[in-house]
Amino acid sequence: MRAVFPFSAIVGQDEMKRALMIAAVDQSVGGVLVFGDRGTGKSTAVRALARLLPPMRVVDGCRYHCDPDLGGEGCTDDCPARAPGAKAKVAKAPVPVVDLPLGATEDRVVGALDLERALTRGEKAFEAGLLARAHRGFLYIDEVNLLEDHLVDLLLDVAASGENVVEREGLSVRHPAKFVLVGSGNPEEGELRPQLLDRFGLSVDVRTPADLPTRIEVVRRRDAFERDPQGFVAGRAAEEGKLQRKIAAARKRLPEVEVPEAALERAARLCMALGTDGLRGEITLMRAARAYAALEGDKAVADSHLRTMAPSVLRHRLRRNPLDDAGSDTRVERAVTEVFAS
Amino acid sequence: MNEGGPDPAARWTDAVLAAALIAVDPVGLKGAGLRALPGPVRDEWLGRLRGFLPPGTAWRRMPSAIEDERLLGGLDLVATLNAGRPVVGRGLLAEADGGVVLATTAERLSPGTAARIAGVLDTGEARIERDGIALALQARIALVALDEGMEADECTPAALRERLAFSLDLGEIGIRDMPDFPADLETVLAARRLLPDIALPREAVEALCLAAMKLGIASLRAPILAMRAAMAAAALHGRIRIEDEDLRTAARLVLAPRAGALDAPPAEEGGEEKQGEPPPPEPVPDEAQDGREPEADLSEIVLEAVKAALPKDMLEKLTGAAAGGAPSRSRGQATGSTRIASLGRPAGVRRGEPGRGARLNLIATLRAAAPWQPLRRRAANAGVAPTQAARVHVRRDDFRVTLRKPRSLTTTIFAVDASGSSALARLAEAKGAVELLLAECYVRRDRVALLTFRGQAAELILPPTRSLVRAKRSLAGLAGGGATPLASGIEAATLLADTVRRKGESPALVILTDGRANVGREGRAGREQANADALAAARMAGASRLRALLVDISPFGQPLARQIAEAMGAHYLPLPRTDASGLSNAVLAALPKA
Repeated sequence: MRAVFPFSAIVGQDEMKRALMIAAVDQSVGGVLVFGDRGTGKSTAVRALARLLPPMRVVDGCRYHCDPDLGGEGCTDDCPARAPGAKAKVAKAPVPVVDLPLGATEDRVVGALDLERALTRGEKAFEAGLLARAHRGFLYIDEVNLLEDHLVDLLLDVAASGENVVEREGLSVRHPAKFVLVGSGNPEEGELRPQLLDRFGLSVDVRTPADLPTRIEVVRRRDAFERDPQGFVAGRAAEEGKLQRKIAAARKRLPEVEVPEAALERAARLCMALGTDGLRGEITLMRAARAYAALEGDKAVADSHLRTMAPSVLRHRLRRNPLDDAGSDTRVERAVTEVFAS
Repeated sequence: MNEGGPDPAARWTDAVLAAALIAVDPVGLKGAGLRALPGPVRDEWLGRLRGFLPPGTAWRRMPSAIEDERLLGGLDLVATLNAGRPVVGRGLLAEADGGVVLATTAERLSPGTAARIAGVLDTGEARIERDGIALALQARIALVALDEGMEADECTPAALRERLAFSLDLGEIGIRDMPDFPADLETVLAARRLLPDIALPREAVEALCLAAMKLGIASLRAPILAMRAAMAAAALHGRIRIEDEDLRTAARLVLAPRAGALDAPPAEEGGEEKQGEPPPPEPVPDEAQDGREPEADLSEIVLEAVKAALPKDMLEKLTGAAAGGAPSRSRGQATGSTRIASLGRPAGVRRGEPGRGARLNLIATLRAAAPWQPLRRRAANAGVAPTQAARVHVRRDDFRVTLRKPRSLTTTIFAVDASGSSALARLAEAKGAVELLLAECYVRRDRVALLTFRGQAAELILPPTRSLVRAKRSLAGLAGGGATPLASGIEAATLLADTVRRKGESPALVILTDGRANVGREGRAGREQANADALAAARMAGASRLRALLVDISPFGQPLARQIAEAMGAHYLPLPRTDASGLSNAVLAALPKA
């Protein structure tokens, strides 16, 4: 197993780390888009996330690792939880973080007939694809703005319905596929389609750190990792454990975090001031602020949580105003200052 | 192009040194970009690199138009047919594991292919999620990107240049400029053994980081690669201690080519410092390192090494890309200039029936059918005489079609009259329209360019791009006012359109003017001459049969504007009052997709 650069060893990039951790605390926040300069460790951070996620409870033997609490609802017929009579066993499994590489073909993404089994045993069996593997976890696309259009269409469809429908090679399969979409890319390579942009709950702008001590620390840690990956990872075990426990505790605390009326109103006014379309912005801002409060160990959502999360939640939802030269960050900041001043 | 830089012999020695360093640490340094025309000098360099590598090291050439099938791997058609079960074919990147991949005509690599290779360079493995195969194969490679680009903006994709330690230019090195180089395979092998033991002193890391920052190099890959280069250099000298000389080598070979070239903050691209000076020593605010400036002398050594390596005309070369549009077709073969506009770019293969523009991809279809042959043969041929039996059984489900972008890339060129007679608001509208069109173009991966004309001449503000980020950067701070050199504007736009067309893309021209020309071609004022020149330029444009639209923005319509539109064969659109979205809609309506 190849060693992965540990999440806790990433220097700086606080907004990116926070966004990923919030998606880990509350998956319903709905995806993270990490856009920015080259060489800022975007994909390093996403790939490191997998180690931080506390294991999840799954129906033992279900190949979509579905949630035992649902009793097989929404899962396929061959799910053990749906077997009449017997009560399905529960197991623990790591939360999947699935990499969708550029160049993947459609059959591997959605799933297809299992060639090996069909040929050796003459059975018509469905070989699940990447979407099935990512169910209840994360689907990561590096260079998401370069993904082929027909794959983007497919992802949009599945991400919206939470279900993957396969009708091909004489197969007819329908299985649950709810996942958190994580994308990264460099804006210089091209823009993202608005439909896809809208699927991401949070979007983060990463910049290369500009102060020398941080830059030196990044380079030194990278060197230490490359010289002795296993040793480096082992050396960070305590830090990683701390982060893991922080996320686990936040998930537990999440349902008890209160959302006061005043916070709801602030969120709504903020979205109105920025003219974001639909309700998605408000809902996501609320969820993200709540997850952040849980992460911070707070009992209720306060202004500070909303203010911290507003840029990540709103910057990609602004209607483009070409005549306003200010970047989206400045616009969000302006609106935040206005709304929170009153 | 490099007259101001070190002499050819020194550059050649450095290039060979880079080759030796790559041979010492191929995976850490990731390779080099090599800008040179094919010929004995390039062959000699490649020969040296190969000579530094142990016999049996993989050495693979990769064409720029390579398909995913070959690049990443997939189902091996022939083997699968023979075996009657799926057999994995390794891709070129996995085949080259432990060795070198030569990307030929790297300037022609598509962003998608570049991103796939970049991913492999980052992770050291090629992942196959194709044709029912899910597999990760080791692919620890060094890449040599052979770049034959002639114009400044015709080069290896930035995503790759950024990851490769070295960027070498062998231009103007003659076969006689090749002094002996004191390293051979034995030295390299000894260095490889030493490499793991080389310690990296803290001061060395700090010096490289500081130097990179002072040179305005944003990406942190640069100091990391410089560090690896310094270690490889020490190993090559048989030392386990890094000395100043190694840092100098790393700075010269890794940092210098990146100074201001990649990710430069916009202020530095601007060209305030056209005097041919190396970049100012302190372009970054220094508060960050208050008090704890790490070993100033060491970083000075590094910086000095970089300065010495920078060609004197570097800044002009950098800004040269922005002043482009004027074609430079004087050199050698005409790569790119004779290329016919392609019928569309392949955009992946998917399951589906041919027709409606989708062409059957025979190989992919056979590949889909291949694993099933033994089964189908058994089922279909039962009781049939062997002579009548079909040889290959293809079912409808097997059909694979190649998706193509149905047309070539369109580049919309805006030529905007920014003179005093055109209201200044027009400029704002044009800027807005450019951004809206860009937003419109993202799916089609189309591009937009903007030039303005005012005062004495036309100026290219935004070279063809599809990046909103870049567009915003160049559009901010666009000024207006002055006379109306309409002829120069039309001429510059036509030239740019020609350049675009020679790249195999289709240009579309949008001119916004009030038609009140008052400066002629030679820059002389005078309305009559100006009008005549403008009409002449328009006829020239018309002769090259451009798709064009002339938007007349004068309050009451201007007869000359209409005449110019006619001479150009352009649509004429009087549009006295509009806003950015009105303008972009008008453009989309008037210039239907080719």
